[in-house]
Amino acid sequence: MKRELICIGCPMGCQLTAEVENGVVTSVSGNTCPRGEAYAKKECVAPARTVTGTVAIEGAALPVLPVRTAGEVPKALVHEVARALRTVTVHAPAAIGDVVLQNVCGTGVDVVASKNVTRI
Amino acid sequence: MKTVQLAIIGGGPAGLAAAAAAYDAGLRDILILERSGELGGILNQCIHAGFGLHTFHQELTGPEYAQRYIDAVQERNIPAWTDCMVLDVSPEKVLTVTGRSVGLQQIKAQAVVLAMGCRERPRGALSIAGTRPAGIWSAGTAQRMVNMEGYLPGQQVVILGSGDIGLIMARRMTLEGAEVKAVAEVMPYSGGLKRNIVQCLDDFDIPLYLSTTVVEIHGQEHLTGVTLAQVDDRRLPVAGTERYIPCDTLLLSVGLLPENELTRQAGAVLDAVTGGPAVDETLATSLPGVFACGNVLHVHDLVDFVSQEAAAAGRSAARYVLEGVKDSESIRLEGKNGVRYTVPQTLHRGGAPVTVRFRVGQPYRNAALCAYAGDTLLKRIPKRILTPGEMESFPLDPAAIPAGTDTVTFVVEEAQVQ
Amino acid sequence: MYDAVIVGGGAVGCAVARWLSRYQLRICLVERSEDVCTGTSKANSAICHAGFDAPIGSAKARFNVAGSQMMEALSHQLDFPYRRCGALVLCFDEADVPRLEELKSRGERNGVEGLAVLDREALRRQEPRVAPEAVAALYAPTSAIICPFGMTIALAENAAANGCEFRFNTEVQRICREGDHFLLETAQGVLESRVVISAAGVHGDTLHNQLCETKLTIVPRRGEYCLLDRRDGELVQHTIFQLPSAMGKGVLVSPTVHGNLLVGPTAEDQDDKDCTATTAAGLRRVTETAARSVPNLPMRDVITSFAGLRAHLVGGDDDFIVGESADGFFEAVGIESPGLSSAPAIGQYLAELAAEKLGAAEKDDFIPERQDIPRPREMDFAARQALIEKDPSYATVVCRCEQITEGEIREAIRRGARSLDGVKRRVRAGMGRCQGGFCSPRTLELLHEELGIPMTELTKSGGDSRLLAGRTKEVLS
Repeated sequence: MKRELICIGCPMGCQLTAEVENGVVTSVSGNTCPRGEAYAKKECVAPARTVTGTVAIEGAALPVLPVRTAGEVPKALVHEVARALRTVTVHAPAAIGDVVLQNVCGTGVDVVASKNVTRI
Repeated sequence: MKTVQLAIIGGGPAGLAAAAAAYDAGLRDILILERSGELGGILNQCIHAGFGLHTFHQELTGPEYAQRYIDAVQERNIPAWTDCMVLDVSPEKVLTVTGRSVGLQQIKAQAVVLAMGCRERPRGALSIAGTRPAGIWSAGTAQRMVNMEGYLPGQQVVILGSGDIGLIMARRMTLEGAEVKAVAEVMPYSGGLKRNIVQCLDDFDIPLYLSTTVVEIHGQEHLTGVTLAQVDDRRLPVAGTERYIPCDTLLLSVGLLPENELTRQAGAVLDAVTGGPAVDETLATSLPGVFACGNVLHVHDLVDFVSQEAAAAGRSAARYVLEGVKDSESIRLEGKNGVRYTVPQTLHRGGAPVTVRFRVGQPYRNAALCAYAGDTLLKRIPKRILTPGEMESFPLDPAAIPAGTDTVTFVVEEAQVQ
Repeated sequence: MYDAVIVGGGAVGCAVARWLSRYQLRICLVERSEDVCTGTSKANSAICHAGFDAPIGSAKARFNVAGSQMMEALSHQLDFPYRRCGALVLCFDEADVPRLEELKSRGERNGVEGLAVLDREALRRQEPRVAPEAVAALYAPTSAIICPFGMTIALAENAAANGCEFRFNTEVQRICREGDHFLLETAQGVLESRVVISAAGVHGDTLHNQLCETKLTIVPRRGEYCLLDRRDGELVQHTIFQLPSAMGKGVLVSPTVHGNLLVGPTAEDQDDKDCTATTAAGLRRVTETAARSVPNLPMRDVITSFAGLRAHLVGGDDDFIVGESADGFFEAVGIESPGLSSAPAIGQYLAELAAEKLGAAEKDDFIPERQDIPRPREMDFAARQALIEKDPSYATVVCRCEQITEGEIREAIRRGARSLDGVKRRVRAGMGRCQGGFCSPRTLELLHEELGIPMTELTKSGGDSRLLAGRTKEVLS
């Protein structure tokens, strides 16, 4: 199966064409460097994204705390991960890296605080 | 009157990096003045990841990146006044500041670093016809409301402008449950990073309409919809291409303007293209002892370059206070043929190698950036791709400039326009 | 039962309220929108005309000149911005100079002082940036610029301080005479009043036609404007008009009392009485026509554009109708230009008519002065410091572009602002070059704090103009 995609490795934005068979990328063309090939392979087989958002926080100057997934999660689960953040309320103080939601949506990836927030 | 060796106006990434660098260059009497309640500047609302690839080889969120520099400032015990607005900077470097905890005060500084950042171009500046209802936000203000105050401006969104702020907000609004119906871009290409097109639009099937703009806004008290139209190569709407899109929110990502009211009041010379002060290779403005860096100087797209530029400004400010300034012959830098401007605008002979930064006016493929002294080619850098959305860096050694040169011109050459 | 109900909270209605509040009467001003100054009064040229333009002997001439003569003293009494910058009416054809002379003698007959016709050189000395094609001009030194919101709000506050009641979101839907008084059916219930004074702008005909034999028709006449950055406020020193020609009425280029440059208006009749949309063609026409007076206007410095509707009476003799139109029913109808300039004079006149009708006695404790919210940005260092010492909230700048402080915004809310625009009209927060991009979030918080209204119910300008859809955690896809 042929898949067309744009490489995001650098500003070139090469138009890539990948051949995918049985969940394996058998060839990549259109790239002008090896990063493009690596990107196409990952993106066609197991696309993943970092999700960033906010969770509610109590006891701080602002009512929301910026958070991020500690690593990438499957692209198909991005919406679900974003929705899961709505269920969380943390209490100030918070530090970058604090886990606010473990193993979000069963991905094995934690959601962590991405800002230092003091208690007021 | 309070005195300081160095006053830094703005506690965002530029101000913070300048402060740490000035300290490391030997200054100890530094004061950061920040108008909001916390340090970090605009990064506090940029909760997405992607910052710091060059500086830390990581993809940090805005607040995470800011924290690196907040830590640097705090480790060095550099004082910062928050909730404090600078109202005026006199040519003699007397700052008038106002803030709840400091009252109204004047501070005499030996040197000043301007790091006030930029603001967004509003709807009014585009003269979009139609009503003036609720529901129209500049993308950055909407970003603030969502990411800091925790409120959603609306649920049926159209975005005008495909620069990075518009793209980022397309994703952000979608993840918060809104429907982003379209991103319209007046140019025939997007001003944002390709990765943002993919991860903010393609990932969510949000259509991008190039060569398209908003020609009319509808809705008496609240926005009910917008009319989009295609534009021709003079960016004027083409009759007959109008299309109505119902929506309750219009986000505008239509340009950033360096915030130079203070710079102007102080009497510094401004560059009409960048909107920021004209500076030399030390980032000194036309006012002695006043330096500028970050978005107030010219609008950046990578915060890493802001930090680099700001560190240079901090070092220059320290040198100015501790050593004074030596006079030397100055050479003008200019951009032509695709190069819209240069920062710095001048450089002095006998100085260290300089990174000249600029943006091109349109996309190019398989081109070259060239620096000429008259007809003499000084340096040529081949570039597979050049685009207005990505600031270019051109290293230049003043020693390589022939004697008698008064202007070095930067141009794009052998380009195939996309 | 009120003694008098005033319908309409624009410049005229508030002026009536203010002068009527001198009497021992129970008076109420009803306004359909959420605040005063939301109709024609908020979207106009902000000029206090000298009075040479109106036909001799007309009500327009009478009230304009009277208003123009009252305005400066009133601006001190009620503390609103006023600047007598003078005006120039440009003429581009030698053949039209006699028309300038005619305007001059018309003005003199109307009672306007100091008028003079300037030749090319004298014109250029007064205004160097004027187009080379301008051959002569009528100079009117008594022409002035004011803040229309400032004046209207000042009149309203003074009226309120003197006992006048204000009811907002109170549209009068039906009015009829009932014996010796009037019944007004409003959106908030029925009101009764011995007399009614209508100052209802573009809706003045609707009220009139319910009570009077001869019917009136008002057509809303749209005027579009562009406002330029304060950086350009000194490009011209005077209000520059264009002598009406075959090309049309022309547009003005004028400094505003706040230091911006205002360009406009167009004049286009429309059907919709409530729609103040601008049009692409109208904004283009403003730019093109203004260039005739002042070439190379820096239109890239436009910070906003807007449109206002004037109440133009169809048929009739192109004049104001001001007076008692039916027994106990007083009105000011067809108040288009020079309406703003005339407002204080119309207000005083109608108030005195109504008071006489009611046989009212004057109060001996009427408070004629009113003080505006402090403006720290205009104070010298010591005065500003003293204000901050009394109230530290005046040290926190919220609107960066116009240097408006938290103290001013809080005070605006305490004086009646309930929306973003209500704050804007009282203290200018949001009127600067970023058009509220920076200060709106903080102003919303202040409204929320002062009024106890949830953020999601705060509006841009009342009605349906809610600003926030919900908290991010509660809005579900």
